[in-house]
Amino acid sequence: MSAFAETLQRSTYRSQWFRIFKRELRGYFTTPVAYVFLVIYLLVQAGFTWGIGRLYEQSNATLYPFFNYHPWFLLFLMPGLGMRLWAEERRSGTIELLLTLPIRAGSAVCGKFLAAWTFFGIALLLTMGEWYTVAWLGGPDHGVILVGYLGTFLMAGAYLAISSCASALSKNQVIGLVLGVVVCFSFMLADIPMMVSAVDALGVDALTEAFLQMSFRTHYDNLLRGVIEARDLVFFGTLIGAALYINTALVQLKKAS
Amino acid sequence: MIELRNLSKQFGTHRVVRDVTFRVEPGEVLGFLGPNGAGKSTTMKMLTGFLPPTSGTALVCGHDILREPDEAKRRLGYLPEGAPLYPDMTPASLLGFIAQTRDLTGSTKRARIDEACSLVDIGGVWRQRIETLSKGFKRRVGLAVALLHDPDVLVLDEPTDGLDPNQKRDVRALIQRMSAGKTIILSTHILEEVEAVCTRSIIIAAGKVLFDGSPTALRERSRTHQAVELRVQGARDARSQLAGLPGVASVDELGEDHYRVLPAGKDPIVRAVTDHAYQAGWQVEHVHVDPGRLDDVFAEITEGQA
Repeated sequence: MSAFAETLQRSTYRSQWFRIFKRELRGYFTTPVAYVFLVIYLLVQAGFTWGIGRLYEQSNATLYPFFNYHPWFLLFLMPGLGMRLWAEERRSGTIELLLTLPIRAGSAVCGKFLAAWTFFGIALLLTMGEWYTVAWLGGPDHGVILVGYLGTFLMAGAYLAISSCASALSKNQVIGLVLGVVVCFSFMLADIPMMVSAVDALGVDALTEAFLQMSFRTHYDNLLRGVIEARDLVFFGTLIGAALYINTALVQLKKAS
Repeated sequence: MIELRNLSKQFGTHRVVRDVTFRVEPGEVLGFLGPNGAGKSTTMKMLTGFLPPTSGTALVCGHDILREPDEAKRRLGYLPEGAPLYPDMTPASLLGFIAQTRDLTGSTKRARIDEACSLVDIGGVWRQRIETLSKGFKRRVGLAVALLHDPDVLVLDEPTDGLDPNQKRDVRALIQRMSAGKTIILSTHILEEVEAVCTRSIIIAAGKVLFDGSPTALRERSRTHQAVELRVQGARDARSQLAGLPGVASVDELGEDHYRVLPAGKDPIVRAVTDHAYQAGWQVEHVHVDPGRLDDVFAEITEGQA
């Protein structure tokens, strides 16, 4: 086969994920899923930001109260968004339709994940009103806020990749949801003293350090300070990549059962 | 062209498909028969690249499904069991998506979609959500998905299952229309369907191929193939007289003056029976030559295998 034909062929394989991505993203808006999710997300984040976070009363021109609660409610919202990705496909049998097309499981996993992530990105964009409000009330550090948004998007991606993975484990969406929440929750809690001292008791410093580094909160807080550090980006990137890799293996393993 | 080479599948300790080997040539419509749980669907899932075989392999138009899965899948159209479809999509958006994944673009894409749409006659529900469609229409959309890229090989898992008699007839007619030059394999447990649309039949049970031949050859294996059913009046001692005729193996008494004469070999005995009735002066009320019973053959071949 000529080099040209080979390149052409490879580029078609590469774009299969994009076709899945388009179908999935459009799918959100042809069902009530998108609207329900958007409304709930916007209400919840507003409640936390203004009610519990007291953005207005604190009289500081920052979006810290907005970002600060995101790890908590995304802990439930992202597994909610991810739970249907593979469970539904397996329950309805459409996975057989999908994977007997000339599409690799990896492309399907990436396409579905990226569509859901992009959908969350749209939801996140809709919170820009808060940024505008803070800018109107005072003079916030826009750089810090921008990096905060980036951090939130990355963390949501990590939650979502884990949830997508959990969704491939069972045909039952509720099981996918619960598993997703539990695994995400463990990543959230990796830095609380109880967990840290339990690991520390093993007496291996490197392990304790590694364990601390697994905490979503640690990396997210770094980004919330407005500092973009390679290790935080690499952390979320690697976690998403690893989760999607496992996700692909799970889809292959479980698809016919 | 499809070629299965020693295809086997094992789930745990349970061997679902055992060493299945056969070839299907272009122009052939193969009916894949077997009781429930015989391994029909599993075989088809391996052939379409959905399930990896435990051992052996399958070739689609010369492309190994394990080594060149994309090449094999490109040449193959598949209707999975129950025709699963995305409920939120419309036939229009689903076929558009499938066309993209099949690398169809521009005018070719439009032409293929139009052709598939008219072949299965789904123009009337083109913009309706699939979940609102009747079972018959869903099946047709599933068929449109399978044949959209005009594949050389079609694999249809129970294409008429769950449809009403008219829909069944429509789907069979559709398969016959498409069959020219294509290699088609369809699974079913309706024996008459095999005779209606297939040029060849394979029976599997407990994962093993037990019969491979034409539907006619299948029927010829029936005990009652060429048997003569006869109702007469004014016959005394008809049973023993019939049993004494040349070529007759035995006579069943189906009712009063109602007999079934079973042949000893494959040769027709209807002439011998009617000639005798005429000479003996019986009043013949009913004569019927039995073509053979497919369900008898099916039971005989598959029983004791599960």
